[in-house]
Amino acid sequence: MTVAVFFGCTFIAFGPAVALFVFTIARDPLRVIFLIAGAFFWLVSLLLSSLVWFITVQISNKNSATQQTGLLIFGVVLSVLLQETFRYGYYRLLKKANEGLLALSQEDTMPISIRQLAYVSGLGFGFMSGAFSVVNILSDSLGPGTVGIHGDSQHYFISSAFMTLAIILLHMFWGVVFFESCERQRWWALGAVVLSHLVVSCVTFVNPHYQGSLIPTYIILSVMAAWAYLCAGGSLRNLKLCLTCKDKDFLLANHRPR
Amino acid sequence: MNTSDSEEDSYNERSALVQCESPTIPSYNQDHDVSLPQQTDTKRRRPVSSGLDEPGPVERERASTPDGEEEELTLKYGAKHVIMLFIPVTLCMVVVVATIKSVSFYTEKSSQRLIYTPFEEDPNSVGQRLLNSFLNTIVMISVIVFMTIILVVLYKYRCYKVIHGWLILSSLMLLFWFSFMYLGEVFKTYNVAMDYPTLVMIIWNFGVVGMICIHWKGPLRLQQAYLIVISALMALIFIKYLPEWSAWVILGAISIYDLIAVLCPKGPLRMLVETAQERNEPIFPALIYSSAMVWMVGMADSSNPGSADGRRRNEGGARAQEEEESEDDAAHGRRRRYSAEEDLEEDRGVKLGLGDFIFYSVLVGKAAATGGDWNTTLACFVAILIGLCLTLLLLAIFKKALPALPISITFGLVFYFSTDNLVRPFMDSLAAHQYYI
Repeated sequence: MTVAVFFGCTFIAFGPAVALFVFTIARDPLRVIFLIAGAFFWLVSLLLSSLVWFITVQISNKNSATQQTGLLIFGVVLSVLLQETFRYGYYRLLKKANEGLLALSQEDTMPISIRQLAYVSGLGFGFMSGAFSVVNILSDSLGPGTVGIHGDSQHYFISSAFMTLAIILLHMFWGVVFFESCERQRWWALGAVVLSHLVVSCVTFVNPHYQGSLIPTYIILSVMAAWAYLCAGGSLRNLKLCLTCKDKDFLLANHRPR
Repeated sequence: MNTSDSEEDSYNERSALVQCESPTIPSYNQDHDVSLPQQTDTKRRRPVSSGLDEPGPVERERASTPDGEEEELTLKYGAKHVIMLFIPVTLCMVVVVATIKSVSFYTEKSSQRLIYTPFEEDPNSVGQRLLNSFLNTIVMISVIVFMTIILVVLYKYRCYKVIHGWLILSSLMLLFWFSFMYLGEVFKTYNVAMDYPTLVMIIWNFGVVGMICIHWKGPLRLQQAYLIVISALMALIFIKYLPEWSAWVILGAISIYDLIAVLCPKGPLRMLVETAQERNEPIFPALIYSSAMVWMVGMADSSNPGSADGRRRNEGGARAQEEEESEDDAAHGRRRRYSAEEDLEEDRGVKLGLGDFIFYSVLVGKAAATGGDWNTTLACFVAILIGLCLTLLLLAIFKKALPALPISITFGLVFYFSTDNLVRPFMDSLAAHQYYI
């Protein structure tokens, strides 16, 4: 409960995402706009799912704790499904907008490709999801208090930060894979994305046994990272070329005259 | 501190989203068709600097692109302009939220009220409270309408000196008095020891440079920074002095008024724009945030930076006459700086009236002030940005002055109330169990 905890958890949770934003998105205004629009779509999906949850809570028995927990679990599942639905909706909207723009302009190329849109929208979803999950916790960490004084886990803040990091990156990878599978009409891939999202959310039900929730989440994160990398056109060969600085296309494109 | 005067003025101004235009030089256009996608229309339109608090029209002059070849470039440039407005709006909101969260002065309820919201809100009776907030809104909006009409009348009868003087007075008030107050509160919050001579030096320098930048000439970034700062100061004053429920109702009512004033044929703001166009004059350099320097070709003679202060908020002026404290904030002053130097027609950028900044920040600031929930603040922030984006999209489609408040404020209000009442309990329960969605 100190400034150190606050800064540490903030950087853990948002560090990679902000770095991605600064280095790949901030320069291009179109990407920034689509990022914010993605965040907006996530927000709307959250709103709808909260509405449904709220209504069910109002008509339920407020005194029964098990019922409330059950309703919360239902709320989580519903929210995940709604998020993916809105991701699909955003995909359709982007396709329509892109087609419209393409028709209007006589250019052959669109100013932003669908793959870039997938990445940007995934990151937008991730930013908003991460922010909503963790910002209140971070602001509480600045104030006075003792973590876990009533017997709860002492690692609340750090585990929240790591979970948020995983969720943000996962949203980005899900976005890439989702859009790619929609483009290629691979519905099994779509289902896999939704399923993995559900799995990640459901393993958090075992919190505060963090080994049960963080480890599967990070395993899924690595799998999705590899899958997204392959979807985006990467391969082992590309990776090797890039790491050994032998990738001619990249070098040519970024050639700086001496 | 009685700040009723200035406050009145400040929100009298409407903000408008305007794109400045410059006269199109045909030869230039053809040569630079591709390179300058954002050419202004041949019709010279002055941005409706609804310096007035009222949300001014959003104007974006688009180069008449003969074919769709420039669509892609247009899209890219359109996006650039959106970002050029996102950044100052975000900065203003960040300043307001940071102040609200740290300096408790602006969230303390004082017994003082603006004279524009004379009815007291009684927290005990819901019906009475609602009624009083509606009455407050009616008073406030009628004052704004009255001021705008006076402004239009003054402009029509070419009483530029009155308007000019009024604007200078309000910006003086804002730059010196309000910033002094703000600095005092910040020092109190952080327990910083300060002596009067140093304070006088700081405030004096800040104020004088601000006056010069805003009303005369100065670097673009500095001018933009000052405009952001004074919008934030105004918004903070509103957040402090408007009663709870009245503030929300006023926000809603102002967006409706903005819509009417800018789009209806007899609306005051529209008349203002049309009059300015007839006279081929720049609209007052009222408080308008300009995202890019305006370089006008051949405008050196017609554009007169000094006299551009035409559209000062009359409200401000009338306010002074009403004797209220002279706190009129310079919010009314809109200013637009014309740099009529070069031949080159640069990308004009988009202008957004300061009233828009102020009301966006009021909405987000109130979201931050009520309750300690950051989710609500974030949701309102994203909603306002998306509303601004949509407004700019409409601007690009319709190519005429549009009000910048309605869409953003509507989204902001919807998201504020729904996030506060629906999403907050949900997210709190999730955080308590550490479930992640």
